[in-house]
Amino acid sequence: MGGHNPNLTSGANEADAPHSFVLRLGADRPLPMDAGVTLAPLSIAYQTYGALNNTKTNAILVCHALTGDQHAANRNPVTGKNGWWETMVGPGKPIDTDRFFVICANVVGGCMGTTGPASTNPATGGVYGLDLPLVTIADMVRAQAMLVDHLGIDTLFCVAGGSMGGMQVLQWAAAYPERVYSALPIATSAKHSSQNIAFHEVGRQAIMADPDWRNGRYLAEGVNPAKGLAVARMAAHITYLSDSALQRRFGRKLQDRTARTFSFGADFQIESYLRHQGSIFVERFDPNSYLFMTRAMDYFDLAADYDGSLARAFKDSKTRFCVVSFTSDWLFPTSDSRALVHALNAGGASVSFVEIETDRGHDAFLLDVPDLIATTRGFIDAAARTRGIAPAPASSGL
Amino acid sequence: MTTTSVAPQSRIDLVRVAEMVEPRARVLDVGCGDGALLRLLAETREVDGRGMELSQRGVNDCVAKGLSVIQGDADTDLADYPDDAFDYVILSQTLQATRQPRVVMEHMLRIGRRAIVSFPNFGHWRIRAQIAFKGRMPVTENLSHSWYDTPNIHFCTIRDFVALTRQIDARIESSAALNSQGYPLQVSLPWWAWNLLGEQAVFLLRRKR
Repeated sequence: MGGHNPNLTSGANEADAPHSFVLRLGADRPLPMDAGVTLAPLSIAYQTYGALNNTKTNAILVCHALTGDQHAANRNPVTGKNGWWETMVGPGKPIDTDRFFVICANVVGGCMGTTGPASTNPATGGVYGLDLPLVTIADMVRAQAMLVDHLGIDTLFCVAGGSMGGMQVLQWAAAYPERVYSALPIATSAKHSSQNIAFHEVGRQAIMADPDWRNGRYLAEGVNPAKGLAVARMAAHITYLSDSALQRRFGRKLQDRTARTFSFGADFQIESYLRHQGSIFVERFDPNSYLFMTRAMDYFDLAADYDGSLARAFKDSKTRFCVVSFTSDWLFPTSDSRALVHALNAGGASVSFVEIETDRGHDAFLLDVPDLIATTRGFIDAAARTRGIAPAPASSGL
Repeated sequence: MTTTSVAPQSRIDLVRVAEMVEPRARVLDVGCGDGALLRLLAETREVDGRGMELSQRGVNDCVAKGLSVIQGDADTDLADYPDDAFDYVILSQTLQATRQPRVVMEHMLRIGRRAIVSFPNFGHWRIRAQIAFKGRMPVTENLSHSWYDTPNIHFCTIRDFVALTRQIDARIESSAALNSQGYPLQVSLPWWAWNLLGEQAVFLLRRKR
């Protein structure tokens, strides 16, 4: 589980030499950023699955969440685990790689090969660290659009993603309405709530309070604020699960012992579980990247870019939307999705909205939840029919 | 709401409703249940159809079938739709289950250029007879709930409905009373006969200027 596999690469190597395709954009193609600066050169690490059809109408862009990466549907080169969305993406899956050309790119500010704080800054020869300009969701999407251009794709058949990935979906639909035929934002919101910003701030403070953080210069100084990042992950992990699921799985059960030890060891299974989650996370994720990702989500407020009107962000949009929320998700509650749906309706957009009953919390979008699979399949198949995309060859499993 | 208001086999009004819709129109079906009418409209009328449904199960079924449906409540969520967003707003077998039928109807005529409303006629002779002779709240094949557990809280007769259309300034473009088999009664019959013999009614309304 958390054990280090010598055949796997470390996360630090992935930042400059990722195990995936890389689009390298030079000084002639700078990325304009919301911070008011440009970023060049820019690397975009990405994976693709399936084949682009002749008319280039079958491309689906999958957007990853806070700590995700481009390895949506293949073995992850760092962790050795399955891709993070293999429940949804693959042959015969709702996002069927026998039928669609699926693209997933590491976001700007990430640490898996797209330019981020752990990448080498060509101007200095050292890593960027905090010298990287603050990244926003719109910056991530602008970079993805450059990748989509590079792949020769005009209109994406679908943009799909959960959580921070869902924010990118919404940003895509608002910024490039003519390039998004359908959109599937899951367990997300058009703006980050005060409570969510608060949780993120706790995580950032944990990292920055670690003496090994060294004002973000830990890579240059050969140390790693792993303790701080682990605490950040532990706190965040609680928010991804529901109270009832924690109760069901862990309750007050003790870890490898029959009685309390009257110490601060991990007496309870939930403590041991969280410590484990923290320890495996620090092996694959860059602490500064965690700061950048959480900040990008905090800054997201789509309506603010449209005079405070979310409906205006989607005015006269031709995109077909399917908004999905989960009953036990208290990080991105159904009320956030409902506000989004109201705005889409007010803007005259075509929208479906499904609230899925599950006790698996925010993380449900990553899990094998039958109603989520069925909803996605129905939505994608119906949109593909109207888009005139050929069905998958009969040999693929359904 | 539709799914619970009337037994599924009694949805004899769907075909009549579909006949009132012009091909390729933009349609909002409020209380769309499992999406039967939206599918019928898509297949026979090529409409651009959207649905709203209260029950989450109904919504999930619809979306899994590829229909554009949102979870929502006619009483509260119609207010969020802009004016003139649709050619038709349809409320089939749901009016009697709304808390504010008049407000719902006004929203329908604001959101859509036309509204189509179908409802069970509480003036039907069998219902009248149950009250008159048994002295009990009516329970019929189509309206099978007891008074204490019915979702149908605002029944009306055909005449009541016509009176409401006048109050909200709606013009009746066409209307039909259906017998228990779903066939329309003779158009030449007077209102009182429709009100006595029609088990259900379907109205196509348009807002007056």
